[in-house]
Amino acid sequence: MDAGFNRQTRDNSVSDLAIVDATPRAAEVDRGKVLGRMALFDFFFHNLTRAAAVLVLLILGGVIFSLIYGSLPAIKAFGLGFLTTESWNPVTERFGAVAPVYGTLVTSTIAMVIAVPLGLGIAIFLTELCPHALRRPIGVAIELLAGIPSIIYGIWGLFVLAPFLQQHVQPALISLTADIPVLSSLFAGPPYGIGMLTAGFILAIMVLPFITSISRDVFDTVPPVLKEAASGVGCTTWEVMRYVVIPYTRVGVIGGVMLGLGRALGETMAVTFVIGNAHKVSSSLLAPGTTISATIANEFTEAVGDLYTSALIELGLILFVITFFVLAAARFMLMRIEQKSGA
Amino acid sequence: MTAMPVVEATIPTKVSVRDLDFYYGSSKALKSISLPLYTHKVTAFIGPSGCGKSTLLRILNRMYDLYPKQRAEGEVLLDGENILDPHIDLNLLRSRVGMVFQKPTPFPMSIYDNIAFGIRLYEKLSRSELDGRVEAALRGAALWDEVRDKLNSSGLGLSGGQQQRLCIARTVAIQPEVILFDEPCSALDPISTAKIEELIDEMSERYTIAIVTHNMQQAARVSDFTAFMYLGDLVEFGETNNLFTAPQNKKTQDYITGRFG
Repeated sequence: MDAGFNRQTRDNSVSDLAIVDATPRAAEVDRGKVLGRMALFDFFFHNLTRAAAVLVLLILGGVIFSLIYGSLPAIKAFGLGFLTTESWNPVTERFGAVAPVYGTLVTSTIAMVIAVPLGLGIAIFLTELCPHALRRPIGVAIELLAGIPSIIYGIWGLFVLAPFLQQHVQPALISLTADIPVLSSLFAGPPYGIGMLTAGFILAIMVLPFITSISRDVFDTVPPVLKEAASGVGCTTWEVMRYVVIPYTRVGVIGGVMLGLGRALGETMAVTFVIGNAHKVSSSLLAPGTTISATIANEFTEAVGDLYTSALIELGLILFVITFFVLAAARFMLMRIEQKSGA
Repeated sequence: MTAMPVVEATIPTKVSVRDLDFYYGSSKALKSISLPLYTHKVTAFIGPSGCGKSTLLRILNRMYDLYPKQRAEGEVLLDGENILDPHIDLNLLRSRVGMVFQKPTPFPMSIYDNIAFGIRLYEKLSRSELDGRVEAALRGAALWDEVRDKLNSSGLGLSGGQQQRLCIARTVAIQPEVILFDEPCSALDPISTAKIEELIDEMSERYTIAIVTHNMQQAARVSDFTAFMYLGDLVEFGETNNLFTAPQNKKTQDYITGRFG
């Protein structure tokens, strides 16, 4: 419809039509500008987010590259023997990763054995059984545990927990298990206080908040009607948790456990304080040992010579690979569970 | 304004609700309700939203016990035993009074285990006995032919109507005496709804059934007795045919003719 036609045939009486006619033109011009600006902004925004995503990949690649590059001298010098040698001798420059890898795995295992049941137990209590008034204070306290810097756990472990374990717990463990075949070698030797068991305890306390708060959050996502249905067939609270809530949320729970395990594997400061830093593999959990991260933190400043430094970097590479495989295994497990349950 | 419950001298009473009050915190949701559930009959609870019909249903297996601050006063007699007694064994009660919910609630496990789960809680059976019970339950819920080849796949993979029948099979499997349906068809298509109504009809030969529904045609189709509730009061209770054709109370008449609610 032509604007002039409108104006000529119907003058004043339909002036609103004229206005209606005039506005789209003005708007078209403005809208074109606005659209142009929006497109430009969108273009920048699009590329900015892409750049951020690419940056992560670059950083990851850079870390892997420098770890491999840095450990080349050690890899050339020791080859695969690095993974099977126990000795760690800076004087003769004979280095092997067995002791720190062993210590890392043992302390993380102890931590998970303690923290997973404890964390799940707390989460179940908080979501199902706890009186409402206590729910928030306990939840907040657990989350505060995660906020304590690891150095504080280290000092507390060294000055409070280790002496306590040395005087009260470890002697009891040693005498209790003295006659039991396998356990007696797990809890053998003098009670030093510090050692792999103590490090495992500290790690358990440190990963507890992760496991608890993630489990609690995923337990809360279970539809109340599903719990009612389980109670409706006559389940006790325990049976509701065991057969309905935990299977329903297992993906999230495993995620929380893996996050905790990742933290336990890499935790440095607190472990360095209480593990004793001895490069040896011993069957007793009470004996001092070392972990990969503790070794690196302790020895990097005094690593003289390229081979020593390179051996430490290779240790870092191994930790990286272990963590990678733990996470990959977790992903794989989750995928299989999801396929199986058809969710 | 509570109408006197019709007393059918010939039919035995399975559940007898007497002067029942219910509170959510300080607000009173049910006011002095008295009504019977007759043995092997279907009783429908109808009424506008918020009238207390689901609340009443959830008292019959003490589901409200899961939540703090909810309490019931009065008496609910199941075969003469007061189930509101705090010392009663809740798990036993819920095995005698089963419940099917508004939305299908399959457990996160296989179809087979969804049924076997409840049975295993109460009985130690051999594998073949258990297989028989699972099949019987699935047949009882008219689901067997549809799932016989995929008993080990997840219950979550079934359609909504199939899931709801799975839940009915699960409830039937533990051999309850009373089954409570809380708007069992409100999330289902008309064909699934028809199947479930047919099922409820068959089941009334063996079980005492209470059903909450928003759908008055459904109440008229499936039930033998109907209770009309309004704002926490039991307005009228009677044989379904009488209640729908000749309601005694003005409110009942207005509701069933669609004038409000």
